[in-house]
Amino acid sequence: MRGATQAKFAAGAIAIALAATACSSGSSGSSSGGSNASGVVNAWWGDPQNPLIPTDTNEVNGGAVLNMIFTGLKTYDPKTAKAMNANAESITTTDQQNFTIKLKPGWKFSDGTPVTAHSYVDAWNWGTYLPNGQNNTDPFFTAIKGYTDVHPASGSPKATTMSGLKVVDDNTFTVALTSKFSTWPDTLGYSAFYPLPKAFFADKAKWEAKPIGNGPYVISSWTKSQQMQLRPNSTYSGDQKPKNGGINLKVYTDPNAAYADLQSGNLDVDNGLPNSALKTVATDLNGRYINQPAGIIQTISFPMYQANWNTAGAQKVRQGLSMAIDRATITKQIFNNTRTPATDWTSPVLGEAGGYKEGLCGDNCTYNPTKAKQLIEAGGGIPGGQLTISYNADGPHKEWVDAVCNSINNVLGNSKSCVGKPVGTFADFRNQVTGKRETGAFRTGWQMDYPLIQDFLQPQYFTDAASNDSHWSNATFDSLVNQANAEGDTTKAVQDFRTAEQQLVTDMPAIPLWYQNGTAGWSSKVSNVTLDPFSVPVYTDITVNK
Amino acid sequence: MPDQQPNKHNGVPEDSSTELSSAFPETPTLGAMGAQPLLDKEDLSHSAPQSAEAVGVTDREVARSLWQDAWRELRRNPVFLISGVLIVLLLLVAIWPGLFDSTSPLSCDLSKSQLGPTSGHPFGFDTQGCDVYARTIHGARASITVGVFATAGAALLGTLMGGLAGFFGGWIDAVISRIADIFFGIPILLGGLVFLSVIPSQSIWVVVGFIVVLGWPQIARIARGAVITAKQQDYVTAAQALGAGNSRMLLRHIMPNALAPIIVVATIALGTYISLEATLSYLGVGLKPPTVSWGIDISSAADTFRNAPHMLLFPAGALCITILAFIMLGDAVRDALDPKLR
Amino acid sequence: MGRYVIRRLLQMIPVFIGTTFIIFAMVHALGDPVNALFGDKAPDPAVAAQLRQSLGLNDPLWLQYLHYMRGIFTGDLGKTFSGEQVTSLLASAYPTTLKLTAVAFSIEVILGIGLGLVSGLRRGKSVDTLVMVFTLVVISIPVFVIGYVLQYLLGVKWGIVNATAGYGAPISDLILPGFVLASVSLAYVARLTRTTVAENSKADYVRTATAKGLPRRRVITHHLLRNSLIPVITFLGTDLGALMGGALVTERIFNIQGVGYWLYQGIVRQNTPTVVGFVTILVVVYLLANLLVDLLYAVLDPRIRYA
Repeated sequence: MRGATQAKFAAGAIAIALAATACSSGSSGSSSGGSNASGVVNAWWGDPQNPLIPTDTNEVNGGAVLNMIFTGLKTYDPKTAKAMNANAESITTTDQQNFTIKLKPGWKFSDGTPVTAHSYVDAWNWGTYLPNGQNNTDPFFTAIKGYTDVHPASGSPKATTMSGLKVVDDNTFTVALTSKFSTWPDTLGYSAFYPLPKAFFADKAKWEAKPIGNGPYVISSWTKSQQMQLRPNSTYSGDQKPKNGGINLKVYTDPNAAYADLQSGNLDVDNGLPNSALKTVATDLNGRYINQPAGIIQTISFPMYQANWNTAGAQKVRQGLSMAIDRATITKQIFNNTRTPATDWTSPVLGEAGGYKEGLCGDNCTYNPTKAKQLIEAGGGIPGGQLTISYNADGPHKEWVDAVCNSINNVLGNSKSCVGKPVGTFADFRNQVTGKRETGAFRTGWQMDYPLIQDFLQPQYFTDAASNDSHWSNATFDSLVNQANAEGDTTKAVQDFRTAEQQLVTDMPAIPLWYQNGTAGWSSKVSNVTLDPFSVPVYTDITVNK
Repeated sequence: MPDQQPNKHNGVPEDSSTELSSAFPETPTLGAMGAQPLLDKEDLSHSAPQSAEAVGVTDREVARSLWQDAWRELRRNPVFLISGVLIVLLLLVAIWPGLFDSTSPLSCDLSKSQLGPTSGHPFGFDTQGCDVYARTIHGARASITVGVFATAGAALLGTLMGGLAGFFGGWIDAVISRIADIFFGIPILLGGLVFLSVIPSQSIWVVVGFIVVLGWPQIARIARGAVITAKQQDYVTAAQALGAGNSRMLLRHIMPNALAPIIVVATIALGTYISLEATLSYLGVGLKPPTVSWGIDISSAADTFRNAPHMLLFPAGALCITILAFIMLGDAVRDALDPKLR
Repeated sequence: MGRYVIRRLLQMIPVFIGTTFIIFAMVHALGDPVNALFGDKAPDPAVAAQLRQSLGLNDPLWLQYLHYMRGIFTGDLGKTFSGEQVTSLLASAYPTTLKLTAVAFSIEVILGIGLGLVSGLRRGKSVDTLVMVFTLVVISIPVFVIGYVLQYLLGVKWGIVNATAGYGAPISDLILPGFVLASVSLAYVARLTRTTVAENSKADYVRTATAKGLPRRRVITHHLLRNSLIPVITFLGTDLGALMGGALVTERIFNIQGVGYWLYQGIVRQNTPTVVGFVTILVVVYLLANLLVDLLYAVLDPRIRYA
């Protein structure tokens, strides 16, 4: 009789399968429309890597949420990238070194507790205190006096708070920097500088499970690795009040899956479009697609710490390699014009006044096969005989690296003079880069933290700076950057930075490739989808159609 | 003369009332089989006893008649002929790609990115503007190299380990079986991600080595079962009684009879290994440029197949045909070596 | 029987230790995970040292492994870098993958055995040829290609099913991924069933049963199928573990946050506790499935007795 039971079981399984299919066709038909103000937007998201603590978040996915649940002293205009006061009433200085910050009164965290000067000072002190192991303090807090006491390069800290921070009253505090830094207030819109409520210090684990902030949204539920639901924060006092009923962030691992969902209406906003979709996205979505400049530049860097890359000949080779890359064709064919060929080391979103200078790189960044070949040969050929371009295989880099290599190969007439060198994981890739184990070129990219030319140059090219992956060192560059930071007048500061940038043109420790645009597609359910200069959707402005 | 021996189950009375006369003429006791189930994929291990049983008594005679019968059978099998021709063709392509194509798979013109087939470029261009026909022809070598050498390696190592385990039994068997279990327990894609990320070399042999390391237990399992079955045959007992040494026993008497199921599994495994290489490339840890392989091309074409289906179609078609050819060959060989199915 | 099961369970211990150690050592060999926590920035040496200390990364490999093993027996599988307990990840990911595996397994069993039976009973007929060609084609196309193509056609172009699995991965959204995941195994099951059915349908006991005047249906279900299923069950048993581990690709294509998702995340972020935790469970499932298969033999074939 065993046979009979088995047959029944099989029949039962089919019945379940059929029932399930019927169920799916029923539910997919009914989409949750709803009225303008209460409609919820389903948006693309990637799983953040670290806990959502402002000083521990350095990647875009965590950053996107922090921007929704927090509003800092400053905020950046979604269109012009200009820093504007948000929670700060005023930030004043007379000497470019000591700043007084006054808060707008009456702001509250979403748990009802007030946002005070202590919320900032305590958060900054906690974040920089070494035993708390926060990873995103350098270079943002290093300018503050007393940083090295709480965060020594080695050994244990001498103090628990930074001497440069002083609370004057509930709505006022002062900041003393170690040296002049005229544009420092403009950095304060960055997520590392967000305040923290008392609840964080009382029970950190509980706060991490469901972070509490002072921003336009509040986290209503969070199923880690799957979905985060954000709803308008009723205690929010800022100007960016949500025009929708909330955002559901859905975690995707593969951008192709998100794009499939966007096309079939299961996702409303997708700012993680796969390269393969760029060709057809505008027609697939009937024009519901945005492609605009963002503060991101892609480069390939050279290991200047390797003797054979740090010679006069190698300098010529680097210039030649830059000229051998047909940026225009690559940005058109591989990226479908979602990248713009780079002609300097900053980004067009800064604007001419902010430091961007079209054509600053000149001939050295212009495709010129003949001259490229001459320069590379004059420089003694590629060190080691073959150029490798290392990149992390878990990111979308293979296509453009192969295209860059093909471009160089075609110029040199040798199909093996350049090859891509994929490294399995981002972690492993970064280990090789920061461990100075690269022997050839490697992929580098920079997404601005705040819209200042300083942020594009200093962290990447100043001697021993946190993101100076090529370990290039140039005394003229360094002194010009120091001079620029001390400059009280912004125009003059920008001019100094540009002069410093000129050093990169000849030495070429990193070849600028292209400025990356922000791209996003959206469903017919929503309208008013825009991207800010950081290529993050302006979630508060998105409206849900009736 | 295919069947001199009666082709039927031995040892088990034909009694339909038990409902359970077995497919296994000599179901080994579990003690002998240890932790290993009888077989892995397809009905391979139990083709072993039949082939062993179908043959005569003296060892020379054994080998010759079994393999000769099989060959005679194969020559008449259209499946074998078709797959054989295909494989010879594929090997030619792999060894001398220049015979079939004069353009280089590495000379690419980005301005022709993803263009469809045109005259002179029958398969069109890929994203990088490389000629898809050239890449399909030149990709054969890497893919087939991975398949053939990974299979050869896994078969050799697996046969050796499985053979030793099955022949000696006891603690040797226990140790080898546990080691096989350890490698069998590691999910192959996960192992690939980790193992191939650890080893920075871009060489094709790293991928081959990895597949051997995780692939041998499957063969070992089959080999072990086959050797145990062969060992229990009367003629082996007889040879042992006559004083044959261990190595002679293993090499002359047991192995020739245990080889059939191993060959069958190996041929089928070959196809899956080629497919595995493609999946590893998809995960970003398979073969790496400037190596040209079907796996690399398929994985980069998989998500653009809407815009440029030709990019996926041709390398995937080539891969498909190759795997088909080897599986069909495996089928034909199994049928030939399993007298019961004639 | 009891003694046999105990012996088998004891034999699992070295296998368990060996597998977890290999995975542990391999993930460890990937290198230092701390640098990646700093994104594109060079790690702050003081913080990095602090993190390495707290993660125990300064200890020798064997000591880290011992610590980890001790943790396992106290129910502590470690944490991800975002501070989440691996045990809670397991609790959320395994049910999802189990659901997916169950769907895939049902498809594999029903379709695989069904097709194999039809094909085996009509050996040489056009149905048989059709099934065989279908299985060959399925086996020879890489899974991710099948996945992308079916997702596009059924999910995006024709809109028959959801393109990805929705929140909570309801069963209805798992049918397509389940089919993709099962596809290759399904083909193997069909071929295997076909062979054994064809073989056994010529067997004397089947002829006897038919001669006795039993209805064809009963002959097939009670006599033929039951005997033919033994090798199929072996395959299914070993395949169960492979399905769960192999969901890595399928889960990625259909955005299912199951075991494969976390294994991939764990590797990409080089988080040893996540990877080893998930593999540990996979290995246990695999070993238990194997044991179950061997015990099933005894049920299906009374000649096998375990002592």
